[in-house]
Amino acid sequence: MNDTSRTILLQANGLCKDYPVRQGIIPHTVGSIKAVEDVNFALYKGETLGLVGESGSGKSTVGRLLVGLEAPTAGQVLLNGQPLGLQRPRGRGNQGTRLQMVFQDTFSSLNPRKRVGDILTAPMRYHRLVTPKTAWREACRLLEMVGLPAAAYERYPHEFSGGQRQRIGLARALSLKPELIICDEPVSALDVSIQAQILNLIRDLQQEMGLTYLFIGHGLAAVHYVSHRIAVMYLGRIVEIAPAQALFTMPAHPYTKALCDAAPVADPALRGRERTVLAGEIPSSIQPPTGCQFHPRCPHAQALCARVQPQLLPCASLPPDHLTACHFAEALLGKGREDAV
Amino acid sequence: MMRYILKRVLIAIPVLIGITMLDYLIMSLAGSPLSMMTGPRVSQAALEARAVQLGLNQPWILQYFTWLGQLLQGNWGYSIRTYQPVLTMISANLGPTLLLMGTSMALGFVIAIPVGVYSATHQYAKGDYAAVTLSFLGTSIPSFFLALILVYVFTVRLGWLPSGGMVTLGGGGGDALDVARHMVMPTLVLTASLAGSNIRYIRSSMLEILRQDYLRTAKAKGIGRYLIINKHAMRNALLPIITVAGMELPMLIGGAVIVEQVFSWPGLGQLTMSAIMSRDYPVIMGVSLLSAVMVVVGNLVTDILYAVVDPTIQLK
Amino acid sequence: MAQPMVLTAGRESRGYFGTVARRFMRHRLGMVSLCFLTVLVLLALFAPLLTPYEPNKLVGKFSEPPSLQHLLGTDQVGRDVLTRLLYATRISLLVGFAATGIATAVGVVLGLVSGYFGGWVDMIIMRFTDMVMSFPYILLVLVAAAIFKPGLWNIILILGFVDWPGVARLVRGNVLSLRETAFVKADIVAGMPTRHTLFSEILPNTIAPILVYATSVVAISILDEAALSFLGMGVQPPTASLGNMLNGAQSLTVLTSKPWLWAPPGVMIVLLVLSINFIGDALRDAVDSRNIR
Repeated sequence: MNDTSRTILLQANGLCKDYPVRQGIIPHTVGSIKAVEDVNFALYKGETLGLVGESGSGKSTVGRLLVGLEAPTAGQVLLNGQPLGLQRPRGRGNQGTRLQMVFQDTFSSLNPRKRVGDILTAPMRYHRLVTPKTAWREACRLLEMVGLPAAAYERYPHEFSGGQRQRIGLARALSLKPELIICDEPVSALDVSIQAQILNLIRDLQQEMGLTYLFIGHGLAAVHYVSHRIAVMYLGRIVEIAPAQALFTMPAHPYTKALCDAAPVADPALRGRERTVLAGEIPSSIQPPTGCQFHPRCPHAQALCARVQPQLLPCASLPPDHLTACHFAEALLGKGREDAV
Repeated sequence: MMRYILKRVLIAIPVLIGITMLDYLIMSLAGSPLSMMTGPRVSQAALEARAVQLGLNQPWILQYFTWLGQLLQGNWGYSIRTYQPVLTMISANLGPTLLLMGTSMALGFVIAIPVGVYSATHQYAKGDYAAVTLSFLGTSIPSFFLALILVYVFTVRLGWLPSGGMVTLGGGGGDALDVARHMVMPTLVLTASLAGSNIRYIRSSMLEILRQDYLRTAKAKGIGRYLIINKHAMRNALLPIITVAGMELPMLIGGAVIVEQVFSWPGLGQLTMSAIMSRDYPVIMGVSLLSAVMVVVGNLVTDILYAVVDPTIQLK
Repeated sequence: MAQPMVLTAGRESRGYFGTVARRFMRHRLGMVSLCFLTVLVLLALFAPLLTPYEPNKLVGKFSEPPSLQHLLGTDQVGRDVLTRLLYATRISLLVGFAATGIATAVGVVLGLVSGYFGGWVDMIIMRFTDMVMSFPYILLVLVAAAIFKPGLWNIILILGFVDWPGVARLVRGNVLSLRETAFVKADIVAGMPTRHTLFSEILPNTIAPILVYATSVVAISILDEAALSFLGMGVQPPTASLGNMLNGAQSLTVLTSKPWLWAPPGVMIVLLVLSINFIGDALRDAVDSRNIR
């Protein structure tokens, strides 16, 4: 895959989101949580970008900023080169429905008082994508597409299992013919056996319909399975972004390496491999560390790391689509190669 | 803790001001107290002079701030009808009401706690059904109707109890036993409705608690039923009891208007009724203020007791 | 492509309200009360067809004890007590349901607005709610009744405007928790208008608790109307209301020697309120989510 032949669908430029922290007898703002800090990335048409990180890394916030569930403190999002109104989706006019979302919580994502058919058809009817007459047929087509029988139309959400509910959630997202679907940890709440089915469905739908996904997750395995490229977030920043395979085989950022090493590998021969194990807790994002945010937990940290924030840049020894935010990425990569020899 | 209390008090002040302002507005809509004074012997000029003297010719908001200013200096105003200071009138009537309501509320809890707990721990047993049905009856019967029935039975038919008042008029009355005899029926009426609603409240919160997992654990450990209910469940059931008590606190002041009326009990309720009938602003304002303060204090005490009983509640 | 999967076969798909109705019917006391209340409502509605007398016409001697002609006797001015009782029940039911309708409408709108929009709108509405709730209830009703000329529609309005804060708080609390659910988020993402979110997503999920609460408001309104009319500040004669029929019993001669004048309306209030409360209790059990399914 080379970048030049592909068109950029969505571009995030310098996205930031602060939450004020209020305290005191007369509540006043005493500080802010920087949930998302200067996040930049591009999404190409037809690809899946995975977004991984620990809880509190800001990955879900990025998703909510894109669909407009929250307004960013700074930055902008371009969709097909056009800036997206970053207020609520309703302020976005007809651009609004081009981004849809699949939610993590399969139980609260479907209104328990409405039939599945009504859940699916209400947005289509409001946006005049269907007439009252064709709504039923269209809903059945969507249900079939996600592997549910048309009979599901008449049923209520509580009659379905978690996996089936997530299929309905996908159908709802598809109903508005979006250009980009943001999957916010869509399989985290499901049984492992069901997870694979949903992941396969997500991949199949992409192939059939040429969909673009932003796939948010905290399990590296799931993200790796569906993603073409992966971005790793730590404390509100993207620390590394690379093609999925390259990220695993050649992690350039110490944090990414730690994440890869933490993932269990089903091969006893690799039991003795050298692993980067993280010490300590993820720091508070009210008072993030100075310089590189990862330096207090980084095994390779040096004096420079505590002072200067590293930029997300390509490495000389890696392909140009592999970006990392580490002062010593080059040196560490070299060391890794020497070790391997 | 002090900070928390301070914060709550600070929040309560605007609410109190709002309530009293609303009181004043509604009352001024109700009409001038002078309209009750008109008669053949009162001249128009005298009425106008009186209106100026009382400040009634001013807009209500100015009247309100005059009243508030006086209040802050400790002056609750004077009754338009009797010319007595409002504070004196209220304190004269407060005692009987507190005696009546205090006794009824205490009795309400004394009855409701054991019955409610029994009912919850014996859910769907005969005793439970009886308790629930009786508690519904207690809240469904209008107090004045129950009062009439009691008067009919105990005064008219049996002649055991006096039908109204607080002491027997003319010689012999006035001792504690006499007052107690006068109190029996009004207390019964008030207790019936209070106990009725308390039983249901305690029963449902106790049921809620008994469903919790930690009680199942306690049961599984083989701790006896008695210990479970008394040591583990009761402590948590205290919270809802405190809530009800806090909510009922304001009723100490305003809860007995109708009962006092029916039994001619010389309390705040009677005072309020006659003040409303004669548009006696200063007296109505005094009573409203008192009950508003009770509401705020009730909420505050509830919150603080909550924090004392439940260590997981953080005071922020 | 995944295969179409088999849905849990068997029982017919039932909506939430179907489930609630089925569970309500299992509540014996609730069902008995519902039937009883239905009969009362029918009796009150068809009162003109059921009784040969007019409620406000003098049809007999003063204070006649019950007889075959006048099953519950006549009152102090010679009107048929049974006829008046039926018409009074009509009034009580009207007051109860109309006042509850007003309280619920006001409470639902304010609660929805307050909970959904939050911020200063919420702040103002909630402080106002606090104030109305901090007002000693009976005092508010009495003062209001003293302001406006006592009368049927004024009583309904007063009771309606006194009872809304409970509904508003209930709805607000529900909205606050529903606002965070993913299905509301999905609605926003789908670009649906606010009114759709409020009335089509959030409101159907609050109807059950509102309904339970509303039954208690009906009961309370009936009781309050009776108390006000008993004190002479409610529905005014000659219109019969259960409360003002009891008014006469304040005189000792009536209380002592003419029980047919005051016992029937009193018993009627108790039965009305009791059956409504039982229905409310059964509803509460029926909508309790822990019992569902």
